[in-house]
Amino acid sequence: MKPIKTIAAVAAAFLALAAPLGARAEVSLLNVSYDPTRELYQDFNAAFAAYWKGKGGGPVTVKQSHGGSGKQARAVIDGLEADVVTLALAYDIDEIAGKAKLIPANWQKRLPHNSSPYTSTIVFLVRKGNPRNIRDWNDLIRSDVKVITPNPKTSGGARWNYLAAWGYALKQKGGSEATARDFVTRLYKNVPVLDSGARGSTTTFVQRGQGDVLLAWENEAFLAVNELGKDKFQIVVPSVSILAEPPVTVVDKVVDRKGTRTVAEEYLKYLYTPSGQEIAAKNYYRPIDKKVAAKYAAFFPKVRLFTIDDTFGGWQAAQKKHFADGGVFDQIYGPGK
Amino acid sequence: MATRPITRNTVIPGFGPALGYTVFYLSLVVLLPLSALAVKTASLTWGEFLATVAAPRVVASYRVTFGAALAAAGVNAVFGLLVAWVLVRYRLPGKRFIDALVDLPFALPTAVAGITLSSVYAANGWLGQFLEPRGITVAFTPVGIFVAMTFIGLPFVVRTVQPVLEELEEEVEEAAACLGATRWQTFRRVLFPELLPAVLTGFALAFARGVGEYGSIIFIAGNMPMVSEITPLLIITKLEQYDYAGATAIATVMLFFSFLMLLAVNLLQKWSRRHAA
Repeated sequence: MKPIKTIAAVAAAFLALAAPLGARAEVSLLNVSYDPTRELYQDFNAAFAAYWKGKGGGPVTVKQSHGGSGKQARAVIDGLEADVVTLALAYDIDEIAGKAKLIPANWQKRLPHNSSPYTSTIVFLVRKGNPRNIRDWNDLIRSDVKVITPNPKTSGGARWNYLAAWGYALKQKGGSEATARDFVTRLYKNVPVLDSGARGSTTTFVQRGQGDVLLAWENEAFLAVNELGKDKFQIVVPSVSILAEPPVTVVDKVVDRKGTRTVAEEYLKYLYTPSGQEIAAKNYYRPIDKKVAAKYAAFFPKVRLFTIDDTFGGWQAAQKKHFADGGVFDQIYGPGK
Repeated sequence: MATRPITRNTVIPGFGPALGYTVFYLSLVVLLPLSALAVKTASLTWGEFLATVAAPRVVASYRVTFGAALAAAGVNAVFGLLVAWVLVRYRLPGKRFIDALVDLPFALPTAVAGITLSSVYAANGWLGQFLEPRGITVAFTPVGIFVAMTFIGLPFVVRTVQPVLEELEEEVEEAAACLGATRWQTFRRVLFPELLPAVLTGFALAFARGVGEYGSIIFIAGNMPMVSEITPLLIITKLEQYDYAGATAIATVMLFFSFLMLLAVNLLQKWSRRHAA
């Protein structure tokens, strides 16, 4: 009987603690996001709570949930009560709209800039001094270079890497579908380890000393350099790369049921204000606000950027052609290759 | 291990509730999720199912997963027996500590185990720096998968063999010696038949765990398609594409294979018990 009594006592204690919290009219939002935004939203949530209070709103706490982008989307589909989702790719939010009907299909038109308040791009992280002299995408298919990138089938971030390489080859003189496919095939021949997620790849490159270059989101590359020492790694920005647009949206069915629509919408709009943009820039995401972008221009070198919509016809098309079963990525690794 | 006939009165009353509870609990915890698996899989046609589970890449992953799990369970059967033997039969300093150490793979979060193992066996790791120059690459190859499975499987063999060894009376060995048996004969004809069922159980448990393992392997495997990709990773891959039915189809095949394997081991056990008696 003893353990049962203990459990009952603990449960009672929790209830006693929880009851007064529930009684206060505090609004609580859940932001379901992907892995590398942890630091960004920690800063942003504090700023938003202060802003909301200043506007005469009540106290608001924002809870964060982080994980792989696809895994997070599945959790929301399966019933995780997210008020807002801030994921790595539009494809994952499309699936929430399509599979669970929690969001209208035209969600990406509801906020400016394809619902992406900040952007990023794909850059190279190399060891200090750039011993292999890696300057641009072309160097990644050299036979003496080993490239670390996660598996695009399991990592949303890795899909941006893959598409960035494809787009680069496509935009070269005489570039075509065939040359792009050949380029990407040769690049993946140089990949010795395919981690399942972006952080895993960073660890493989940084801690395990594998490979000569890591394909990474710009903000992740900055974090890696700052955390692990400027004396060990440096960032190489290629001539052309992809404009990575991590989108955000309110989960309509959830906010309507919980009565949190107003706060949730304000929360996302605040991302677009100058203060929200400042926080994004300080966390190494490229701001879309021109003034803030100008202020942080020294951080973010100019790159020729192409978008997924104009080069690949949107996420649904890209997913189907490249990453679905039997798609181009599978063919690269098909038997006998 | 004799079971009582139901009709006879037992010391503990309440057979009805006990049986009811057992069936309810097992249904809730085991049968319900498994039937959900079957239902999801059933949304595929037979042709789709076959195309999914017999794709070359999936078949390659079965080979890697089941092969490595078999090898790891085999190694654990031998060395787990040895560890159990030492723990039961010898007095050594820090024995309690070693005993607790055996359980560590049980308790450690598997991802932590994977990250630790890969840091040890990577080219710049403690062991990797000595192995790599000799041409033995462990991390990011199928060998790494085997190492991770061995690590997480060890406690299963030790913990199933240990109690049986403790029950074995030393007098039996002494009697065998008195009757003129050599040490090897004593082990082979007296001790081993007694231990075999427990070793087989441990082997089966370690094997099943190795087949289902994900967290620790993913960090050390390299995950290259057709080479070092484990079946659970392909299931995750399917889920990542929101292909629930495809994921459960592969899971069902894994379950079926594991079930066959456990069945075979059970039969072997029965046979060895009869043989020993």
